[in-house]
Amino acid sequence: MTGNDEKHWLVRPNTIRLLWRYGIGLLVILVLVDVFKEPHPYFGIDGTFGFYAWFGLVVCVAMVLFAKALGVFLKRKDSYYDDE
Amino acid sequence: MTMSDFPPGLVLILGAFLLPVVSQNIRSVLILGLPLVTLGLIWSLPDGSNGVVSLFTYELVLVRVDALSRLFATIFSIMTFAGGLYALNQKKVLELVSVFIYAGCAIGVVFTGDLISLFVFWEIMAVASTVVVLSVGSKLSYRVSLRYFLAHMFGGGLLMAGILAFILDSGSVEFSAMQPNTLGTVLILAGFLVNAAAPPMSSWLSDAYPEASFSGTVFLSAFTTKTAVYVLLRGFPGAEILIFVGLFMIFYGIIYALLENDMRRILAYSIVNQVGFMVTGIGIGTEMAMNGVAAHAFTHIIYKALLLMSAGAVLYMTGKRKCTDLGGLFQSMPLTTICGIIGALSISSFPFTSGFISKSMISQSAADESMFVVWMLLLAASAGVFLHAGIKFPWFVFFQKDSGLRPTDPPWNMKLAMVLFAALCIGLGIWPQYLYDMLPYPVAYEPYTVAHVVKMLQLLLFSGFAFFLMLPFMKRTLTITLDFDWFYRKLGGVVACSLDWVLKVQHQAEMATRTRLANYAKLDLRHFEPRSRPIGTMAVIMLLIFLSYLVFSLLV
Repeated sequence: MTGNDEKHWLVRPNTIRLLWRYGIGLLVILVLVDVFKEPHPYFGIDGTFGFYAWFGLVVCVAMVLFAKALGVFLKRKDSYYDDE
Repeated sequence: MTMSDFPPGLVLILGAFLLPVVSQNIRSVLILGLPLVTLGLIWSLPDGSNGVVSLFTYELVLVRVDALSRLFATIFSIMTFAGGLYALNQKKVLELVSVFIYAGCAIGVVFTGDLISLFVFWEIMAVASTVVVLSVGSKLSYRVSLRYFLAHMFGGGLLMAGILAFILDSGSVEFSAMQPNTLGTVLILAGFLVNAAAPPMSSWLSDAYPEASFSGTVFLSAFTTKTAVYVLLRGFPGAEILIFVGLFMIFYGIIYALLENDMRRILAYSIVNQVGFMVTGIGIGTEMAMNGVAAHAFTHIIYKALLLMSAGAVLYMTGKRKCTDLGGLFQSMPLTTICGIIGALSISSFPFTSGFISKSMISQSAADESMFVVWMLLLAASAGVFLHAGIKFPWFVFFQKDSGLRPTDPPWNMKLAMVLFAALCIGLGIWPQYLYDMLPYPVAYEPYTVAHVVKMLQLLLFSGFAFFLMLPFMKRTLTITLDFDWFYRKLGGVVACSLDWVLKVQHQAEMATRTRLANYAKLDLRHFEPRSRPIGTMAVIMLLIFLSYLVFSLLV
């Protein structure tokens, strides 16, 4: 596992850079679809522009942060119950 | 007695006792053949109640067939078949015997039309599933199975008390839709919820399931929680409290899975999360919701088993299960990786997988009922599922860093079982009509509209984006997260120790008195040592419990 040539093609820095680029391109296209389609919201908020995109992003960031905060209080070494 | 009076679950239960006495080859034939025979029987049964047995003044119905019971029995037998295929190289025959009894009783629960036989099958399931964990044979598995068993005995006790009160109230043993408004029905609901891993009795699942063998966990994930979903669907449709219970389970599952390091515990927490979706749907209780729950239970069993099969394959080949030890396995286990990813996409309800066509019916029913908050929370939870199971599991196990491990894909039978379930995940996602036709109510729902597909892709891909943005926050550590089981594993221990200490002090004081008395009376009292107190006290308590059982059973 020294030079890049020996690494699997999927984990070479070039591939990863390309994956990020195409990934972000895909995200942009998905949001732009909202420009062309008429919203049929069930409620008010889900008719806003790119609702599912920003909602997904925001709640996921919130959940990771919440889990992190909860972890401060509830995390223990995984040998915690070993003395049973 | 005709064929339609024969409970199909008995094929597996009786067949289980053949497994240890036949040769390896015949055993393999039985493991694959018995579930198929069961499936054939299930589909040959006519609708209606059969297999009626009289017990005292009560009528027990062993074979009640309708669309709902047929759907659950079908997926249980498919699960037993694929799990059996996966477990062909399981050397512990005890595990397979208990799995077959366990699966047979799950099918038994699904087909019973009365509360008494339901309770009997329910309790045998608890014992058989305990033996699945116990059959690993380690000291750890012994302790874990004991905790698991106690949790289920507690649930079984609630259920039994509830059933007794219900029978005394109504004079009927029929199991049909009820409302949690009497002591009996509330206790029955509580008993059901313990098996659904609802709070506060949720930690038994993540405690016990990951400690079973590579194949045992696959079976465990399917039956206990899904029979609980079945009985809730049948018994408590539209009970509003279930919406709150379900939503709690959904987010509890996500948050704990995010914090977890053990790959099989991540998947165990995500079972609670998925069952939470179903429990919420049962609380909503409309025809659309009930269809959605039934469909979701069906697809969930398949993709969750698939996920645990891929995790089991990693465990089987490497002996490791912590994310901190794993990573980079995609290079040498390509098939396991692909199957794991298909399972992960299905659980996240990605378009063209089975989760997409089932879970969306539950969210749709919340929107139809104008339940704004519930709908928003379900949507947030869908994003969270992709976060904790859809990406986290495959990323940390198969990609992440290079752990240097180069295991190959598992033996052919395990690969075949994974491919079979991966194909079912995609097949159901592309042709949902076959599943929709089996649901209890007529389906007027079209999952594949452009709008729905775009919305779901936006939600999921942006959740994925969030995962990689937040990756530094997700670094795995060698930790566990305290859960409800802390109360009986630590706090309970502390209480027991201090009680023990009090008794010891008392004992010492008594001994001192005796010695003084003995000295005084010049008597040798060594032969009159009192027995150890804690054991004696325990025996008295157990005796009281058994006596009260006896008294209750005579009251029926």
